[in-house]
Amino acid sequence: MAVGTAQPPVRRGFRLSVGARNQIYGLIFISPWLVGVLAFTAYPILASLYYSFTLYNVIQEPRWVGLQNYVVMITQDPQFPIIIYNTIYFVVIGLPSAIVVSFLLAALLNNPMVGRPVFRTIFFLPSIFPVVAVAMVWLWIYNPNYGLINSSLAALGLQVIPWLSSPALAKLSLILIGVWGQGATIVIFLAALQDVPRELYDAAKVDGATGFHRFWHLTIPLCTPSILFVLITGLIGWFQYFTLPFIMTQGGPVQSTNVYAYYLYQNAFTFFKMGYASALSWILFVIIVIFAFLAFRSSGKWVYYAGG
Amino acid sequence: MTELSATVQREVSQPSVRSAHRGQVLSRVVLYAVLIILSLLFLMPLLWMVSTSLKDTVQTYTVPPIWVPWPMRFQNYPEALVAQPFGTFFLNTFQYAFLSGIGAILSASVVAYGFSRIPWKGRDVLFFVCLCTMMIPFQVRMIPLYLIFRNLHWLNSYNPLIIPAYFGSAYYIFLLRQFFMTIPHELSEAARIDGAGEFSIFWRIILPLARPAIAVVGLFQCIDAWNDFIGPLIYLNQPTLFPVSLGLQRFLGQFVEKLAWPYLMAASTVVILPVVVVFFFTQRTFIEGIAVSGIKG
Repeated sequence: MAVGTAQPPVRRGFRLSVGARNQIYGLIFISPWLVGVLAFTAYPILASLYYSFTLYNVIQEPRWVGLQNYVVMITQDPQFPIIIYNTIYFVVIGLPSAIVVSFLLAALLNNPMVGRPVFRTIFFLPSIFPVVAVAMVWLWIYNPNYGLINSSLAALGLQVIPWLSSPALAKLSLILIGVWGQGATIVIFLAALQDVPRELYDAAKVDGATGFHRFWHLTIPLCTPSILFVLITGLIGWFQYFTLPFIMTQGGPVQSTNVYAYYLYQNAFTFFKMGYASALSWILFVIIVIFAFLAFRSSGKWVYYAGG
Repeated sequence: MTELSATVQREVSQPSVRSAHRGQVLSRVVLYAVLIILSLLFLMPLLWMVSTSLKDTVQTYTVPPIWVPWPMRFQNYPEALVAQPFGTFFLNTFQYAFLSGIGAILSASVVAYGFSRIPWKGRDVLFFVCLCTMMIPFQVRMIPLYLIFRNLHWLNSYNPLIIPAYFGSAYYIFLLRQFFMTIPHELSEAARIDGAGEFSIFWRIILPLARPAIAVVGLFQCIDAWNDFIGPLIYLNQPTLFPVSLGLQRFLGQFVEKLAWPYLMAASTVVILPVVVVFFFTQRTFIEGIAVSGIKG
């Protein structure tokens, strides 16, 4: 027997290929998400679809009614066009306002300066305030007689502004609060702006581009990926707008701030019309997907990815 | 050398350069002026809140508005916090915010590891699905979730607010996955060749490297839980269990008829304060976390 004969160790059991081993490990690692998405997302979505075809008041068993909820929603419910209009108003006016203001503030912060962290903190903080506290503070600011702005106006002998009592103004008043709380967006845009290479600005300056020209044709296009991100996450968020109208105006005055999510909540937890609320939620889902898809589709035309 | 500097000196003193300089100084002044004005505008609600919280009834309803009440009524704070059991509300919120923060860290890191550090079939498709779930509005899951938790007898407990955090949230998974992907593959490969199991690579190599990103996840989830309103609104209706968000809203219902704005502002200040304090200690983590999610997005 030759000493040191190299014998391969006897393998007990079977040996997995690298691919199979990786496959199993991969699935094990993502299993919390897999279980969670099935239990807390997939199942609820399908259950919601089922309930949307029923009348369900929680006390009694769901009663199948086919498309009745959807038909009633579109043809008979007088609130439905109101909530659609209000919600689209918030999305179409609120989101672009938030994006534009945040971008401009970020552009301001992007200049060489002393104390940028201080200014950035001031703009950012409102975005992490508990929303209930925000509602309280602004309810008081918007107080018709003694609120910050109105009492100042009254002292000057000017007319007070019906911030939350005028149907025409209420939505804008709420949007203002939303714009005030866009701190996270400002931070995202600032990071994107700081990513723009200085050399490009210098080259543009040499070519004689003015400040505005540089901003419009250089800065903005190079930030379009972040703008797209903010746009899509913003769409998803603003369509679900709920808490401020719920706490501050309860959908009023005269239904002017009755947004989709508020009406949905009422149907589910105040009127206990779970079937109808489920139908409403699916329509909202479809609307959001359509808008997000359109935004994404359009992005090919206006989003510029530097470096692929 | 002297010739060059003389040239430069002549250049700098030319009227065109001087006025360009003046233009530069002017634009800096304008910049700071604008920033300071905007900062004051942004701070005004906060300042007004604190200012009102220290007023008595007479000062509150004075026209024109008083900014610095004198004397300052500090007892508004203890009086407000006793009117509702705010101590309980605070403890409640700490409790489930902390537990859900841990859950977010554990689940997001494990799942993100699976989506980034191991090559397997279907990985990227499933990750795309994971991302798509972010598009799903809460409303469409809300009612069945409520019914599920009702059937589990989890209503009026913190389980609906804590347990789902242990199953991964798409946003945190996305954040950590992007981060994990920046760690060189050679590190994992070397460990694998040395015979290390996947779990120990995860625990001993990747996690320690990802400490800043994990801090972001924990921090964001805790703040999110602190600020959460809809979740507690739907799942809790026993006042002793209320977190600060519901407690504060209930406060509004209790006081609005009596028009006790100073108390409401004092309570609001106290509810906002922890978030501000946490922010000041974790600024860098916060800002970087948000910036990263926006760029890589």
